[in-house]
Amino acid sequence: MKKGLRKGILISLVFSLAVAVTACGSGDKEAGSDSKKIELLNVSYDPTRELYENYNKAFAAYWKNKTGQEVTIKQSHGGSGKQSRAVIDGLNADVVTLALGYDIDAIQKEGQINEGWQSKFEHNSSPYTSTIVLLVRKGNPKGIKDWNDLIKDGVEVITPNPETSGGARWNYLAAWDYALHQNNGDQDKAKEFVKKLFEHVPVLDTGARGATTTFVERGIGDVLIAWENEALLSLKELGPDKFEIVYPSESILAEPPVAVVDKNVDKKGTREAAEAYLQYLYSEEGQTIAAENFYRPTLESVKEKYKDEFQDIKLYTIDDEFGGWAKAQKEHFSEGGIFDQIYTPGQ
Amino acid sequence: MKTATASNRGVLPGFGLTLGYTILYLSLVVLIPLSALLFNSTGLTWEKFWGVATDPRVIASYRVSFLTAAAAALVDTVLGLLLAWVLVRYTFPGKSIFDALVDLPFALPTAVAGVSLTAIYANNGWIGSLLEPLGIKVAFTPLGIIIALMFIGIPFVVRTVQPVLQELEADVEEAAATLGSSRLRTFGSVILPQLAPPLLTGFALAFARGIGEYGSVVFISGNMPMKTEIAPLLIMSKLERFDYAGATAVAIILLLISFLLLLATNLLQRWMRKSAR
Amino acid sequence: MAGTVPAVQAKARQVSRNQALSESTWVKWTLITLAGLVMLWLVVLPLLVVIAEAFKKGWEVYAASITDPDALSALRLTLLVAFITVPLNTLFGIAAAWAITKFRFRGKQLLVTLIDLPFSVSPVIGGLMYVLVYGKRGWFGTWLDDHNIQIVFALPGIILATLFITFPFVARELIPLMEDQGQQEEEAAVTLGAKGWKVFWHITLPNIKWGLLYGIILCNARAMGEFGAVSVVSGHIRGETNTLPLHVEILYNEYQFSASFAVASLLLLLALVTLVLKAWFTRKHAH
Repeated sequence: MKKGLRKGILISLVFSLAVAVTACGSGDKEAGSDSKKIELLNVSYDPTRELYENYNKAFAAYWKNKTGQEVTIKQSHGGSGKQSRAVIDGLNADVVTLALGYDIDAIQKEGQINEGWQSKFEHNSSPYTSTIVLLVRKGNPKGIKDWNDLIKDGVEVITPNPETSGGARWNYLAAWDYALHQNNGDQDKAKEFVKKLFEHVPVLDTGARGATTTFVERGIGDVLIAWENEALLSLKELGPDKFEIVYPSESILAEPPVAVVDKNVDKKGTREAAEAYLQYLYSEEGQTIAAENFYRPTLESVKEKYKDEFQDIKLYTIDDEFGGWAKAQKEHFSEGGIFDQIYTPGQ
Repeated sequence: MKTATASNRGVLPGFGLTLGYTILYLSLVVLIPLSALLFNSTGLTWEKFWGVATDPRVIASYRVSFLTAAAAALVDTVLGLLLAWVLVRYTFPGKSIFDALVDLPFALPTAVAGVSLTAIYANNGWIGSLLEPLGIKVAFTPLGIIIALMFIGIPFVVRTVQPVLQELEADVEEAAATLGSSRLRTFGSVILPQLAPPLLTGFALAFARGIGEYGSVVFISGNMPMKTEIAPLLIMSKLERFDYAGATAVAIILLLISFLLLLATNLLQRWMRKSAR
Repeated sequence: MAGTVPAVQAKARQVSRNQALSESTWVKWTLITLAGLVMLWLVVLPLLVVIAEAFKKGWEVYAASITDPDALSALRLTLLVAFITVPLNTLFGIAAAWAITKFRFRGKQLLVTLIDLPFSVSPVIGGLMYVLVYGKRGWFGTWLDDHNIQIVFALPGIILATLFITFPFVARELIPLMEDQGQQEEEAAVTLGAKGWKVFWHITLPNIKWGLLYGIILCNARAMGEFGAVSVVSGHIRGETNTLPLHVEILYNEYQFSASFAVASLLLLLALVTLVLKAWFTRKHAH
């Protein structure tokens, strides 16, 4: 009886060591770069899964047709900042498709992406865009029409923490920009506005999905500040009979950018395919897939076709209003930045 | 087996081998990577360290983390003793299922645990809706964090007490009983002292785990800065802005404090063992 | 070694305990009821939520989610990782407990506390350290890169992070137990001329089997359920470096609520497999 136990322990030990050794040995296999087959790794952020699932199929077919080469695209999804850190620390991405330029800038700073990545593709290297909208409960019981309604008495606002969620930084900046325009560019007034706004936030979730759950499943809050694509998806998934979308008078143009990771593609010899992969996002087919997944297309012909889906509102860009991501990040979200001050007592 | 080292250590063999292996493995898996964290050139200067350590938001988050972890570990110790006792001493239908359920908090990914607990304790949840008329709020308050940490920590206590209770010799209890001691007194004066070391271990483990826990807590805590923001969350938000140094600083302080706490419990345990003999 | 004699003794012990040492029936049942309520409230309720959510959209969605190729590959990876880490940490735990409880040496409490250390390290930091050692900018980053060896964002990194997280479990279970038992039995055997391994197999192992078993069960459960540390070193490549807990999170973040809980319930099922194994072991060793 005990012999069996002993034998079992010994066998499993030897076996697991063997597995461990082979596992570590297999870590060094290279992505196959023979001419007939090619493998790309697209490191992306969370809500793009369906988009790229469809797009990858379309691109594989297009590429096969064009070059005869078989391409498989592997996907990695996660929080935008975390994904960026993973690429910096050695995740072998061929392309990155993230939520904000700041996260790609960070990779560039480490030398893995060449400078000037943002001008490599059209529209600031953002093939599709989105904006920030307000999701309210059906019938809009609190009568929310614009940003300034969010700080009315008795209104509770749900938005993720911009410090932990890259996507939520757009939410914050959209509110800030609105306040700036309302107060003729007075920074202090804008700060007061966002401070008041966050006093109306009862729960600060770490990510967009957490915030949506809090709003939808837990029934907390009167307004959810969300990306348009996620708001449209929520309506589709959770039923338009429960919620409706309110477009504020103005908002920010959210530009989730894409880039080729130069160091990695040169090492793996996948540059040609990686560049074509991102370029094809701008094609009619790529743009249609983006629109089908609730992202705003940038190609005029596709834009025209989907103009009823995406309401036309006044949109400002980060570059024009905030002088780019590096500056916005430093002023608002760094340690001791404006967002930090909002929550530090005595400031 | 060499007995040279053993001879001056007592008669048992294997001291060199086992201690050597222990230290080697400990160094490879724990100490070297940890020192990478401490001596990493991520630009952590003393000023930066001090600045982070004395930031009011960071201090508030430590308070939340330590108080909730301590409260949860304390409740877990009491409940865990009850569960272990029942599992070891009694037979009843469904006992093996009961026994198995104890480990499930470990198997469930922490994020899932967090989402489920929030679903239960939110104002529209199964328990939350019952508590709301009484004016008790659980989700998005420190109470919610405590409950999440209790869920995470309960297996530690049960599983450290259980084997010791199982091996507890009956003769001492018997002797006490024949001497006319009441059951409750036997428990208090004979059983409990023997269970004190594993209970303390269980408490310390649940506590340490609670301090570092992130996944389950962020869903139920509400993450309000200064109120329900836990320290591991601040580590995450610092990493999110590529502030490795700041994240490391928060982590080091967290680590130091829990290390000292664990050391204190280990010493206390030794002392208890000594004074028991 | 024959297993019958200890079994008989155990039975005898059980009987005498029942006569002289049992609490009165009502105390017993009150305690059982209380314990049952505690379990129901603390553990079972959250599990019910998981199961309810998993089946919210019906059996088809559930079946589709757990037979999805990505979910299956995540399942394979999780099992593989547990299969490698649990025996390694078990071996370590036994060696450490032996060294610590059978001998006296200076710095013992420090060593014990160092073994506990991974418990007090936030899992996120636990993953981050391996990135700092083996990542591109880490200590060995350049060397590994030159030799085309991928540690983080591949299987070895996931294994290392899991090793770290589950490091103390077996040792932690065994140390208090073996300390309690002392070393007289082993010393007697050695004096009678038994060799080291023999002493361990025949005397120590039978004595510690319960602690060992619980240690392994905890270690295994945690190895399969670990999220934070693994999430930092995994790279989240779908179908390749996603473990089950990571897959759960990703599905959740992609607004696939039911699918995510369905995969989570798969982890619960795995824990039940452990239960069956344990029941089998218990039966084998009780008779």
